[in-house]
Amino acid sequence: MSKPDSRAEKAARIAHLLETEGDAVAENTRGFNFARYDATEDLDDYEALKREARAIKEDAIERLPELLDDLRGAVEYRGGHLYVAEDAADANAYVSEVVDGANVVKSKSMTTEELELNEALEADGAHVTETDLGEWVLQLADEAPSHIVGPAIHKSREGIADLFAETFDLGDDERPETAEELTRFARERLLAEIREADVGVTGANFLTADSGSMALVTSEGNARKTVVVPDTHVAVAGVEKVVPTVEDLAPFVELIGRSGTGQDVTSYVSLFTPPTPSPPVDFDDADTPMAEPGTAAGDGASEPHPDREFHLVLVDNGRLAMREDEDLKETLYCIRCGACSNSCGNFQSVGGHAFGGETYSGGIATGWEAGVEGLDTAAEFNDLCTGCTRCVPACPVEIDIPWINTVVRDRVNRGADPGTFDPLVEGLTPDDEPAGLDPAKRLFGNFETLARLGSATAPLSNWGATLGPVRAAMDRWLGVARERELPAFERETLVDWFESRGGPRVSEGMARREAVLYPDVYTNHVAVDRGRAAVRTLEALGVRVTVPASAAVGSGRAPLSQGMIETARGKAERCVDALLPAVDAGRDVVVIEPSDLAAFDREYDRLVRDDDAERLAANSYEVLEYVFGLLENGADPGGLTAGDGEAVAYHAHCQQRTLGLEGHTVAVLDRLGYDVTTSETECCGMAGSFGYKSEYYALSMDVGEPLVEQFGDAGRVLASGTSCGEQLDALLGEPAEHPVEAVAPE
Amino acid sequence: MTADTVQTFVANAERHHATVHRVARDEVAATVAESVDPPAVGVRLPWDLALPDSVATDPTPSELDAANTGVTAASLAVADYGTVVLESDAAGSESVSLFPERHVAVVRAGDVVPGMREAVGRLGDRLRDGASAVLATGPSATADMGELVIGAHGPREVEVVVVEGGDDE
Repeated sequence: MSKPDSRAEKAARIAHLLETEGDAVAENTRGFNFARYDATEDLDDYEALKREARAIKEDAIERLPELLDDLRGAVEYRGGHLYVAEDAADANAYVSEVVDGANVVKSKSMTTEELELNEALEADGAHVTETDLGEWVLQLADEAPSHIVGPAIHKSREGIADLFAETFDLGDDERPETAEELTRFARERLLAEIREADVGVTGANFLTADSGSMALVTSEGNARKTVVVPDTHVAVAGVEKVVPTVEDLAPFVELIGRSGTGQDVTSYVSLFTPPTPSPPVDFDDADTPMAEPGTAAGDGASEPHPDREFHLVLVDNGRLAMREDEDLKETLYCIRCGACSNSCGNFQSVGGHAFGGETYSGGIATGWEAGVEGLDTAAEFNDLCTGCTRCVPACPVEIDIPWINTVVRDRVNRGADPGTFDPLVEGLTPDDEPAGLDPAKRLFGNFETLARLGSATAPLSNWGATLGPVRAAMDRWLGVARERELPAFERETLVDWFESRGGPRVSEGMARREAVLYPDVYTNHVAVDRGRAAVRTLEALGVRVTVPASAAVGSGRAPLSQGMIETARGKAERCVDALLPAVDAGRDVVVIEPSDLAAFDREYDRLVRDDDAERLAANSYEVLEYVFGLLENGADPGGLTAGDGEAVAYHAHCQQRTLGLEGHTVAVLDRLGYDVTTSETECCGMAGSFGYKSEYYALSMDVGEPLVEQFGDAGRVLASGTSCGEQLDALLGEPAEHPVEAVAPE
Repeated sequence: MTADTVQTFVANAERHHATVHRVARDEVAATVAESVDPPAVGVRLPWDLALPDSVATDPTPSELDAANTGVTAASLAVADYGTVVLESDAAGSESVSLFPERHVAVVRAGDVVPGMREAVGRLGDRLRDGASAVLATGPSATADMGELVIGAHGPREVEVVVVEGGDDE
């Protein structure tokens, strides 16, 4: 059974967030993301640094119990206390006992948000003040963070000015307006709180097991004041934050600021080994020197100050179980930099109040929320990951975030209520998924079946699909947005066309290379033109092309995007069986649809036998990548259509960019004399079936807005992916062509 | 360290909105005196270097609160980032470097290391011995109020005095 009401509610909620928070989120996340590109470009060997960081986290999570023992030894040796809390209630009870109703100042800590520590302390009579400016704004506004690094990025400067004026009842003449004035106002108010504080609570970005130190990555300096002023320091962190040694911090110090906000390093990376030697700053005894008079820099620099007390509270709350979960385990490598959020097309539009759970937001949030809060919480926003993979190269510890989202989606599907069986959809699309699976997911996951039916009954099927009552029913029962134009199926598929014209035209003896053109479902049934163009292009470059009917099977990418992993596995196995014999016969596999190539390249090693996946990936090429290779190796471009200086706007598919293949298309177009402008946006917003779903249609169009801004006046627009083409059609009113259609012989 | 390393440090510190003075040992007190905006508090320097009389050592919390400038030593500097490494100590260097609006850090040229990896490498044994340190790059900053603002809870201005020509070079 469908859930039209919840779809409408979801659409309304997203529309509200787009309206109220979208602009601020878009400006900030895109700013961070562009800065990330610049900042990581400066690194000598960014990829090696990421590999090193990942290896450290892999090792640390593997050896976690042993490292926790070492850390406990180091902390207790200095007179500190270490407590491992099983869950939120356990952690809050421990901290409440230490705080004992006193004045608390806090620096930003997502882990304490997860625990709802402030509420627990306040219920116990404590006065709690957040000192990170963003967190303080949220505390005053009684809102939750919308981003793990910039908790208040959804707030505008004007909104903050209004909030301060209202909260502190400020007259017009005392009202701070500029960012500078607002910062100064906050600093002074917060300093007053810090002076009165009895306990400072911080998080920890990293903990080093060898020394008992903690790294705090900040820019404002509030964490330092939180640690140094009160005599009692409580640090709260997830158990996963431990790394073996101080030296292991090096790659993270270089990566974390660059990945998160595009700064090469934040103003302060504090490496506290508490209890620290710093004398507390006792404002109740403000006229007595803080330190023993006559002391100099470096005196007692390794001795804990005798008045200081330190408690390290390490929180399990589901993490140790995640460590045992092969798919969720990678989440524990996360260093909470926020790069996945900043690089995410959907997050850039709607922010963490839609794309997040009870605490964590953005791409990696699915893993955190599934592990910490449970599947139900993760399910609420998991669909907002379109699987575009733009977060994959952004992640400094190489977490395959889309895969975690796919796994959680699969688990959500399987947890669905089996009582909601819908015979209509079940009959149309038999698959290996549970009965209660959302019908829209089942429809898009089985696009292959639909396409085969569509071609067989075209043009009748296309005519039927345009009828008002049919669209209304599709919207109501399947959640297919009425605004979207549906794909028109061709009666003659690419495979049929290729056979009817008599098979390969380049003889075996004359062939430069032999290739199988993979007839993906869309090219075979809908975008047959681009398939024909690809055949003509490759033949013009001397390639003996075949389009075997046996290979006209779905890659599994469509069901994978719906979290239907078992269905995807079945399709992947069939696809491998169809394509590997060609590879074994020495032929290359040429792929038009980037998402299918991405499936071969990134996902098949999780679906089929490793060596099969490797062989297929190693011999598969994106069509323009293949053309590029042929031209580089001496093929004569004379038979192709030259650009003669024509201006074209080109949008590469997101997965193609992740695979590093955008440049090949641009180079081929350049070489043929086209004047190419490339799109600057991370993702067009369609990302496969996502933009077809009625609850996400408006968001999908909003994500595409920068493309309209950039390409609105372009005469000719090229796009590599099916979904990008459809989205550009909807955004610009003109269908985009595949680049191979531009370069194919007349 | 080579002159190039110090030069790289200067360029990167300036990129992060700090001001750097390269001076001989006997010029340190005068340079610090010129760099402070009174009232100033400070922590006595090691390495047999004196602070000018304008800098009050052994500050009370009231003096710390009222000071416009804090003067401390830095145990290391990182050329690639323009970072100074400020160790915590019983003399209160952490607070003195943090509360006033201007921080003046004194570092020896011989303690400028090329990269973050060398700095973290040197800190390994120090931290295992119990030390605490902050890698401080430029002034404090925030972007939480709608745009980047220099100076949040910590200093708005950072001056670094690099002491050249000692035994350490």
